Amino acid sequence: MASAWRECAIRAETTTIRGHQGDEIEAYLARPLDVPRHGGVVVIHHMPGYDEATKEITRRFAVHGYSAICPNLHHREAPGASPDDAAAASRAAGGVPDERLVGDVAGALAALRALPGSNGKVATIGYCSGGRQSFLAACSLRLDAAVDCYGAFVVGRPPEGLGLEVGPLTHLVGQLSCPLLGLFGKEDSHPSPEEVGELARLLEAAGKTFELHSFDGAGHAFFAVDRPSYRVDAAKEGWRLIFEFFGEHLGG
Amino acid sequence: MCTYQTELLEVSGSGKGAGGWFPLERAMVYFDHPVHAAAEHSLNVDFLSPTRGPAARLAVELDPVAARELARTILAVLDRVEAPAGAGHAPVQ
Repeated sequence: MASAWRECAIRAETTTIRGHQGDEIEAYLARPLDVPRHGGVVVIHHMPGYDEATKEITRRFAVHGYSAICPNLHHREAPGASPDDAAAASRAAGGVPDERLVGDVAGALAALRALPGSNGKVATIGYCSGGRQSFLAACSLRLDAAVDCYGAFVVGRPPEGLGLEVGPLTHLVGQLSCPLLGLFGKEDSHPSPEEVGELARLLEAAGKTFELHSFDGAGHAFFAVDRPSYRVDAAKEGWRLIFEFFGEHLGG
Repeated sequence: MCTYQTELLEVSGSGKGAGGWFPLERAMVYFDHPVHAAAEHSLNVDFLSPTRGPAARLAVELDPVAARELARTILAVLDRVEAPAGAGHAPVQ
C-alpha cells in the first residue's frame, strides 16, 4: 500500500443487480466518494451468508479507494430474510450452484464497471466457500485480479455423501484469466497445506501468475474478527498483501 | 474449514421460533461454522418449516461433546418410554 494512502469518504447501501439469467438479486454496494477513478472488487461472502461481517469487509475496500459490491448469493432462496435464516435455506436447498455463482458474479462485475468513475478494472475476493468461488469466477470470467482466502475444495474432493454439490476446480486452472493471490493458514485442514502445495504446482505448470501465502499459527477463517479463529498477525499481513496486490492490478 | 457436512430429514412436531410456535416439517443437521457459538465449528441443528418461509426456523449450535451427550440422552429417554411393558418404565401417557 502506498505511503500516501488516506481513508476515503464512502457511500454504502443496499442495491439490486441483475445476476444469473437476469434474476434480480440484492447486493451491498460501497464506493469511495472522493476518488475520481477507481477499480472495483466483488466480495464473495462465506457460507454463513451475506452478513454484517462481510458488509464490513465490503466497506473496507471502499475506504481504501475501491468500489466494492457483495451480491447476496442466498437471495433467491430467502429474499428479505436474515442472513442466518437465508444461509440455512440455501444449505437446505443444496447450496449455491457453481453456474449460478458465475452468473451472479458476472452481474456484480457489470454493476461495478457501470459506476461513474470506474476505471474498468475489476477483481474478486472470497472467504471460506467464497474463496473457492472467487477462484471459480476467475476461471470463468475476464478479471484483472482474484483473491482466494482459504477456499476449500479448489483442490481435493469432499467426502462422498454430502448434501451439497461441491467439486474440485483443478480442471479449470488453465482458464484462470488473471493474477491470483491465495491466503491460507498452515493449520487449516480444508484446504490443507498439501492441497495448497498442489494448487501451486498446477498454477506453475499452467504458466499462471500467482502468489500463495500460508501463515504460521493460523487455521481457517483467520480474517474473521468475530470468530475465535481470528489471528491478528495473519490477518494484518493478509490485508497488507491484498491491498498491495490490488494496488498493482486494479490501479490506474 | 468449511466441512459442508449436511444431512436433511423429515420430522413432525412443533417448535417455537422468533415468530412463535410453528409445525416442524424438516430438520437439517450439519457440522460447520456457527453463526453465534464461540467455536470454529459446531454441530448445528435447524428445525424448519419451508412452507412457512426461511424465518420459520429453530436453530441450535452445539459443542460436539454436548451434541453427543444430547443425542445419547434423547435415545435413552426414548428407550425407557418405548420399552415393552414389564421391561422397565411404563410409557408416559
